[in-house]
Amino acid sequence: MLTILFDGIAYGMVLFVLGCGLSVTMGLMNFVNLAHGAFAMLGGYVAVLAMQRLGLPFLASLPLAFLAAALVGIVLERLVYRPMYAKSHLDQVMFSIGLVFMAVAGTDWLMGSTQQFIRLPAWLQGRFEIAGIGIGRYRLFVIAICGLLAISLHWGFTRTRFGSRLRAAVDDARVARGLGIPVNRLFAVTFALGSGLAGLGGALGIELMGLDPTFPLKFMIYFLIVVTVGGTSSITGPFFAAMLLGLADVLGKYLVPQLGAFIIYALMVMLLIIRPHGLFARGRA
Amino acid sequence: MTHRRMVLTGILGVALAASADGAALAQEAVKIGLVLPMTGPFASTGRQIDAAVKLFLAREGAVHGGRKLEVILKDDAGNADATRRLAQELVVNDKVSVLAGFGLTPLAMATAQIATQAKVPEVVMAAATASITEASPYIVRTSFTLPQASEPMADWAWANGIKKVFTVVTDYGPGIDAETSFAGKFKAAGGSVESVRVPLRNPDFAPFLQRVSEAKPDALFVFVPSGVGAQFMKQFVERGLDKAGIKLIGPGDVVDDDILEGIGEVALGAITTHHYSAAHDSPANKAFVADFQKANPGMRPNFMAVGGYDGMRLVAEALKATKGDASGEKLIAAMKGASWESPRGPVRIDPETRDIIQNVYVRKTQKVGSELHNVEFATIPNVKDPVKARK
Amino acid sequence: MSAAAFEARVREALRAGRRWYPAEFLFWLAAFAAFLLLPGQLLLLNEVAILALFALSLDLVLGYAGIVSLGHAAFLGMGAYAAGLLARHVTADPLAGLACGMAAAGLLGLATSPLVLRGSDLTRLMVTLGVALILYELANSFASVTGGADGLQGIMMAPVLGLFDFDLFGRTAYLYSLSVLFLLFLVARRVVGSPFGLSLRAIRDNPLRASASGVPNGRRLAAVYALAAAYAGAAGALLAQTTQFVSLDVLDFHRSADLMLVLIIGGAGYLYGGLVGAIAFKLLQDGIASLTPQYWMFWIGLFLVLFVLGGREVIHGAVRAVVGRVARFGRGAAR
Repeated sequence: MLTILFDGIAYGMVLFVLGCGLSVTMGLMNFVNLAHGAFAMLGGYVAVLAMQRLGLPFLASLPLAFLAAALVGIVLERLVYRPMYAKSHLDQVMFSIGLVFMAVAGTDWLMGSTQQFIRLPAWLQGRFEIAGIGIGRYRLFVIAICGLLAISLHWGFTRTRFGSRLRAAVDDARVARGLGIPVNRLFAVTFALGSGLAGLGGALGIELMGLDPTFPLKFMIYFLIVVTVGGTSSITGPFFAAMLLGLADVLGKYLVPQLGAFIIYALMVMLLIIRPHGLFARGRA
Repeated sequence: MTHRRMVLTGILGVALAASADGAALAQEAVKIGLVLPMTGPFASTGRQIDAAVKLFLAREGAVHGGRKLEVILKDDAGNADATRRLAQELVVNDKVSVLAGFGLTPLAMATAQIATQAKVPEVVMAAATASITEASPYIVRTSFTLPQASEPMADWAWANGIKKVFTVVTDYGPGIDAETSFAGKFKAAGGSVESVRVPLRNPDFAPFLQRVSEAKPDALFVFVPSGVGAQFMKQFVERGLDKAGIKLIGPGDVVDDDILEGIGEVALGAITTHHYSAAHDSPANKAFVADFQKANPGMRPNFMAVGGYDGMRLVAEALKATKGDASGEKLIAAMKGASWESPRGPVRIDPETRDIIQNVYVRKTQKVGSELHNVEFATIPNVKDPVKARK
Repeated sequence: MSAAAFEARVREALRAGRRWYPAEFLFWLAAFAAFLLLPGQLLLLNEVAILALFALSLDLVLGYAGIVSLGHAAFLGMGAYAAGLLARHVTADPLAGLACGMAAAGLLGLATSPLVLRGSDLTRLMVTLGVALILYELANSFASVTGGADGLQGIMMAPVLGLFDFDLFGRTAYLYSLSVLFLLFLVARRVVGSPFGLSLRAIRDNPLRASASGVPNGRRLAAVYALAAAYAGAAGALLAQTTQFVSLDVLDFHRSADLMLVLIIGGAGYLYGGLVGAIAFKLLQDGIASLTPQYWMFWIGLFLVLFVLGGREVIHGAVRAVVGRVARFGRGAAR
């Protein structure tokens, strides 16, 4: 039972790293970026290629995944995303779905449609037991990395100058701009950071979720749930939302496998009925 | 019959008669409408079959029974409505004599009515739910059925001292087929079975495997669509279930040749029953694999490919038997009872059920040289689909 | 201005909104003429007609009431399964199935409308998506009723009106779908031109002001949502009947996404947007798919991106210019 809790937490952690970038960009620019998963996929493929073709060790391929996704994020933000901010939500949704389609088909063409795999180093394979709880080494590793990330993100968001500017801009971009905060540059940096995190999450998630060209479509729903349930104005909101989602998904499948995939969707709809602005969102006028 | 229906039937009749006349002239190409998922989550199935079909035409030539075979490839992206419409268009507009392909059960089922209505043989090259051939008298299958591959596993498991089995299958037609046929046979032999079904889109197997590890069975019987198998195997080992002495058994889909290298060493030791392995030891198969890999570098033919290859072979054999007559009735009659030497071994089309009769092999995943292969170590000859055989 | 004169002016304005333009006659004439002109393409045309009806449904809620939805496939699927199950277990009559599909989807729309009518655009997108996904999982779980992932098999339809049997060439299918589309379009045209339709637009443009002028926002939106759901249900029923098969795919996310695409291409809020979009989308998909069967998704995606980035103005500008010219020409002739 506790083993299952542990698995759920690891799963939730990966979801958090994948989704948190989306929630910040969404809060900041009010932009619905459904193509977020494409950045995660990019990170995943970069990690796979780095390990298979360049023979890099697993640990070295992780930062590479982050950097590649962040870089592509910056370029795309500059070139194609920027004109979209002023358009309607619907246009943004269409635009990013178009990007997802291109990413899916393009990856298929470049890399083939089969599942991609990585070989973990020996010290991350297998599991050990503490007090009867089976703990997978890789899952522990994932929890440690993502936990550190979550803490440092939270610290960065609440304690640094960058964070306070970001929060100001999320709350009211116009006033922030009036106060001399360079919102556009802030956003570009945040977008890159968010994309990079997605890339990292994609690389970390290969072992847990698999990786094939349909990844952005398959997991889009999960990211969106994290964001809508968690709200867009903090790091803790998406964090707890991701945890809740991971735990509910894993526990639900364990306890009542017949209902399987059903549980998380029902949970999302229920939460949104009770709290239409997200479970952890601050009230806004 | 109303006037309108008569007119329509008349038109259809004329169209069919016209195609029969064409056959008499014997010089017109015989068109084969190949409908496959070339995009989407099941694209690998489509690629394998497409490659195999091309290989067949390259190796055996395009002319059979005095007629040239012409293949028209359409992509249905694994979407049943599209399959149906494409098949219908192929019949109505392109006047194909044979429909072929069909990567998934719903896709084959959706087309059954068209085959019946148009009297065009439907050669199922991949889909593996037992009941497919019952949907239309014009359906012939050259792949396999899941009960065909699963029941021998039950016999093998019981004979090798396995008493308690946990089954994990994907929750759709083929998975349920695999589970019920295995569990039925295994329980009849005296074993005990516990079962759980996994949703078709499932990112993480952890919770299901946790149940398995708590149940402590002798063996875990698994069916997942090929492609997902890798993830399953990895988590199976990550949870230490292999070290807990649980044997991994099942039909061969989980250790699909196409992705076996990607799964890696975690697949070692899995015992599976299936009708084809790229490591099958026969001259015919060695040549087949070599030619396939020469034409498609980096790909290894899997059971999908051999289903596609034999599908083409079946059409070619039938055309030879009818001396080039491509009318649906004649073709399907010629297909019934056809037999030939396939890369997988000797196969025959059951004249009663139009399903394939073939050897099923018990294999163990091992290292052969530097590559992983499913090495066959026992053969159950001439297995019929057990579900239909019982009827 | 006297009250009577004012009322007369309002009536005149309403009637003007309902007047038929010559271009519209041409459009429908062409649609029916396609039956004779393109006998080899009837199956594709049938899909176009069904998609157009489905898009019409989304246009009602999105274009006229401003409700965004990423889960419209829920209603398509509901209609398809209701019609399919009715045909399988009760009666094979197509019209009964159509009514049943519409009723089932309409009820579902009514039941889910309270969920949709609250929250922001984003919440709506999510809730509609969630409802569609839940239905998908339900249909998958109750395989004994729906056939699960294998699809609902064995639907045999009786002839339409007892006269026209569904044939292999799609003749009956196309005429049947097109007729249903046309009739439902007439109804929709009437609805959006009515005071009810006008009040919807008022809500879309400014909900606060609309409710201040006495429009019961919630009830109106619920009503149009249910109506649109019934339309989508009709599209589902047509799909189930003309293909004689229902698969889980009707509830899939990509249906909803494609639908949005259709409406974006055609433009929302003038009823014809969905129809034009459906034609463009299907032709595009079919054309690209036959050129490159493997990577059509990429080109569709590229098309979308370019379209939203700036191509729309170009296309819509051209369409408007042509329509304007035709309309002027028609009016000139009438005078």
